[in-house]
Amino acid sequence: MLSGRLYSAMEVPLLLESVIRRLKRDKVALVAVCVIGLYLFAGLLSLAGLLASGFAEQVGEAYAPPSWAHPFGLDVLGRSVWERLVQGSRVALIVGFFSTAIAIPVGAVLGLVAGYFRGWVDALVVWLYSTLDAIPTILLLLAMALVLPTGKGLATVCIALGVTSWVSTCRVVRGEAIRQKELDYVRAARSLGAGNLRILFVHLLPNVLHLVLVQASLVFVYSIKSEVILSYLGVGVQNFPSWGVMIDDARLELVGRGVWWQFAAATAALFVLVLAFNLFNDALKDALDPKER
Amino acid sequence: MLNFLLRRLAHALATLFGITLLIFALFHWVGGNPVLRLVGKSATPEEIARLTHRMGFDRPFWVQYFDYLGDLVRFDFGRSWETKQGIGEMLADGIGPSLSLALPAFAIATVVALTVALVAALYRDRWPDRLLVTLAVAGMSLSVLAFIIGAQYVFAFQAGWFPISGWEPGVRGLPFLMLPIAIWVAASVGSAVRFYRAVFLEEMRKEYVITARAKGLAWPRILSRHVLPNAMIPVLTHLVMELPMLFTGSLLLENFFGIPGLGNMSISAINASDLPVIQTMTFIGALLYLGANILGDVLYAVVDPRVRVG
Repeated sequence: MLSGRLYSAMEVPLLLESVIRRLKRDKVALVAVCVIGLYLFAGLLSLAGLLASGFAEQVGEAYAPPSWAHPFGLDVLGRSVWERLVQGSRVALIVGFFSTAIAIPVGAVLGLVAGYFRGWVDALVVWLYSTLDAIPTILLLLAMALVLPTGKGLATVCIALGVTSWVSTCRVVRGEAIRQKELDYVRAARSLGAGNLRILFVHLLPNVLHLVLVQASLVFVYSIKSEVILSYLGVGVQNFPSWGVMIDDARLELVGRGVWWQFAAATAALFVLVLAFNLFNDALKDALDPKER
Repeated sequence: MLNFLLRRLAHALATLFGITLLIFALFHWVGGNPVLRLVGKSATPEEIARLTHRMGFDRPFWVQYFDYLGDLVRFDFGRSWETKQGIGEMLADGIGPSLSLALPAFAIATVVALTVALVAALYRDRWPDRLLVTLAVAGMSLSVLAFIIGAQYVFAFQAGWFPISGWEPGVRGLPFLMLPIAIWVAASVGSAVRFYRAVFLEEMRKEYVITARAKGLAWPRILSRHVLPNAMIPVLTHLVMELPMLFTGSLLLENFFGIPGLGNMSISAINASDLPVIQTMTFIGALLYLGANILGDVLYAVVDPRVRVG
């Protein structure tokens, strides 16, 4: 339920519209959306091969510092740090997208089902997420990255992040489902003969959707941050520039040779994107629940 | 109260069952046959089969699982594939260095976060609040890797104010710990400040605060004597939930600063694909989390009688 109003399944576009309208009034949110949009744009262009396609080529001397020709400098093999950075944004967005695409539906459906049916289904779901939640995420991620049959790489990172980060969504949605299933609109739907499935997905889902949206945004940014750490630890993206790989490479260059540009570039790229997401999350929360301010 | 505790323990036991099952499944089943790793590439199929049989890896899943549970109950964590050392022994060696970093860091971070949050709440929506919140958001957006690598480079390598890495027991170890502790505080304080500030603001909206204000109490006194104690429950929740961070939070820091603790051990194990060690660390971490959770629930029940009944 968004600010006391109920939404039917048909009205979901209406709900999104009202969120967008409120976001538009928030200047910080607008800037954040533009920044995220730029990253998305860069990621898509590089995915299509239109931008930074020469990231693997040597374009100058090794460790050439930032210059007019290469404002972000060159790395150990004389490759453009800028082009690697752009490719990194592509990795970040892919990881963010796919882990969210796994985590959010799983969390939302399990949360709805558990909160609505209660009983043994609820006990099972709660047991499942308490178990998953108890295991230190980073170790679980590392373990999965080591043992998953997909091997180390982008796919494993997405799967591992996806199947570990649905817990908070599930918990939030479950709590709201428990509350809302006693409300009049659900009782009315049931008395009109609506089946459980219909109540769950046509009636309840649109009214917990605002929570799901916030969670999706949180999972997205969490995945991007985790990818960097996993790649840094060597169990993430292999043989492709990601910000974590760049930071890993840059660590020794920084200490040994004072080569700061690759480290600074990857750190800054990550920082700006995460900052934009954090600000966007705040604005989204405000827009969805004005009394939370 | 006893009833509440028993219920809580039953729940924890169920979770513990899930944790062991998941860890076991992940490492012994999805992870493939560990014998392949032990014997090396030149082993013949017969050798592999013989060793698999001798180590019992060809038995049914459940038999192996209960075997594993039996080992855990006896605190037998097996041996590291890499160093061949007993893992129990490694844990005993690592816990001291880990705590020497984590405990002071956790305590200082908590005090700093609570103080900053109180100041921000006191100056709500004025420039000190804006500044502190901006810093907090910036801090939580910066990757922990950036904090560690940047600070180690600037303060240890270039300025030379701190030793670059190392660890010593007792007071002599203090210089080695100062920089990692400072980094821990800086990296973790951002999100904590935002959380505590929201808690304080929520509390400050309540009527007893208005009453206190109306009878002429000054804000600093209202905050320290009235708001802070009443905000203790959410603060406590947050702290208890952060307790497992004592373990995982130091993973990277210990590694960068050469502190021979559990975190460092985990990273070495990861680099060497040393599954028994990673498996044990995962288990210990989960155990800590469960313990912290139970502790938290008991604390609430002590603080708030409604919890015991509900």
